[in-house]
Amino acid sequence: MLKDEDRIFQNLYNDKGSDVESSRKRGDWTNTKDLIDKGRDWIVTEVKASELRGRGGAGFPTGLKWSFAPKELGSRPHYLVINGDESEPGTCKDRDILRFEPHKLIEGCLIAAYAVQAHVCYIYIRGEYFIDGEKLQAAIDEAYEKNLIGKNASGTGWDLDIYIHYGAGAYICGEETALLESIEGKKGQPRLKPPFPALIGLYGCPTIINNVETIAVIPTILRRGGKWFASLGKAKNTGTKIFCISGNVNNPCNVEEEMSISLKELIEVHAGGVIGGWENLQAVIPGGSSMPLIPQKTCETLTMDFDSLMAEKSGLGTAGIVVINKDQDIIKCMARIARFYKHESCGQCTPCREGTGWMWRMLERMAKGEASRDEVDMLGDVTNQIAGHTICAFGEGSSWPVQGLLRHFKKEIEDRNDLNPTIKKEKNIPYLVDQHLLDKKNA
Amino acid sequence: MSLRRPSKEQPDNFDFNPASLEAAKSIIAKYPKDKQQSAVMALLYIAQKQNSNWIPLAAMKCIGKFLDMPYIKVYEVATFYTMYNLAPVGKHFIQICTTTPCMIRGAYKLVEACKEKISENENELSKDQSCSWMEVECLGACVNAPMLQINDDYYEDLDKEKTLKILDKILTGETPKPGSYRGRLNNEPENNRKTLMDLKNA
Repeated sequence: MLKDEDRIFQNLYNDKGSDVESSRKRGDWTNTKDLIDKGRDWIVTEVKASELRGRGGAGFPTGLKWSFAPKELGSRPHYLVINGDESEPGTCKDRDILRFEPHKLIEGCLIAAYAVQAHVCYIYIRGEYFIDGEKLQAAIDEAYEKNLIGKNASGTGWDLDIYIHYGAGAYICGEETALLESIEGKKGQPRLKPPFPALIGLYGCPTIINNVETIAVIPTILRRGGKWFASLGKAKNTGTKIFCISGNVNNPCNVEEEMSISLKELIEVHAGGVIGGWENLQAVIPGGSSMPLIPQKTCETLTMDFDSLMAEKSGLGTAGIVVINKDQDIIKCMARIARFYKHESCGQCTPCREGTGWMWRMLERMAKGEASRDEVDMLGDVTNQIAGHTICAFGEGSSWPVQGLLRHFKKEIEDRNDLNPTIKKEKNIPYLVDQHLLDKKNA
Repeated sequence: MSLRRPSKEQPDNFDFNPASLEAAKSIIAKYPKDKQQSAVMALLYIAQKQNSNWIPLAAMKCIGKFLDMPYIKVYEVATFYTMYNLAPVGKHFIQICTTTPCMIRGAYKLVEACKEKISENENELSKDQSCSWMEVECLGACVNAPMLQINDDYYEDLDKEKTLKILDKILTGETPKPGSYRGRLNNEPENNRKTLMDLKNA
């Protein structure tokens, strides 16, 4: 287990309060000026040395991302945007940072803004987290009052303004370009890349977008050194990470642990074990709903980091672990996730807009045992026609969980459905009509 | 995508009251000059708050004029994002998360409780017209599942009995205390904490 002194988020459970004075006691804002005085290159080099990978899901190296920002400030201002749209089912880590460790985030914003030469920083928070956003706003006001941010922030000579922008219930706005559209006051529909936001982003200006957790760990990395951070975890998967363990465990919780910790340790030690014992485990979704599930036999030896989960054809994503035990109907669980994606598709690309609905309706039928013989393969075919054929990664995110189900639980589906080829005719199941829209007023 | 329909009954006029107007001006100041369109999302929230929790078409027209942007652009935004209510909802607006992490911990029991206490169907006002409920997608409190949101507050670690009690309070006009209903501290592992013990005991 990670030593307590190596935990970055000391106030994860709000034992001590989140105001600036108690944050100072935990080391925030103590030598911000010294860190910034060491210069942009030092900051970026140190972040690169820490091998920090973005905590929002894709795991892109943060130092590298920062180095994409133009070196010279041109006629267009630079922007820093913080992604706090956390909407991935199974994930609730950013919420705790916003409400309990806001000063880590604000200090991280100042350092990152200086490193990428931004004078304005927008923090995008999902609309449902209004109360948590208010807490962050209180912390921002506090920081302005103490001149930690604002004109000549913390005495560094750098000006920084931080504003909160609330989302309004769209999962897709967690995608970085959709998020930018949303800040610009438009529908949250992703943009084509390239051009990448680092060159043409918010209002057409160079923009660096990072996750809340990524930015909040930056001050501690700089204080304790990139080497310290890199010494935790394993190569290319370094540092600590907040894991959210939810679902059928005895004590669901958020916990900060070292990268590459074993999944079994997380579940057994921190989350109090699977309900009904380890033997009762059916499957685990390792990184938020869009990552393919992993069956019990693999969970035994699994370590939680980007590369080893990739080797299992899944991914770390946001490290939102959903534990599903044998009391649950795995097909129904995945059908519910498919409904989530059907609800959240932004509607821009046809394969995703139509395909997510297809997947949901087919899985609902499979859960009831009403699928016909060709449908199991057809479902796989539908997922392949969505993934890779859309503007953003939502296509992959929506089809991977279904592919995971087919990969590991195909037998369950085939056992349940009598696969009678005439069933379609008898039940008059529509494929192309959105039957649910006819059934339900506000689908 | 989700289907979103504006209410059939619409008021003829909408205008910001002085308090809303002031809030709107301070929001616009957050964004660069000539980029006041960015404020549209926040202004829709303000309109929703002023107009007892829903946004009539007249408010969208008003916001369009206020921000000097076409009405259709405001309409697009209001119909795209699901947190803008396009039809009247209860003063106490109850949203139950039923996505998988909540579902496998019994979120549909909470739905049952709402059906018993408030109304048989989603988006239907209760008898006293004060409450309505709906199922929503992940609210981002998965380790506190099952949970529901009433207006801005999160009620966590629930079961059917606790939900019934909360709804009783709401219906009698009280405001129940938000947060965990099993008495645990935020997101810590209940009775099983192994980390940061010095801080807990200090």
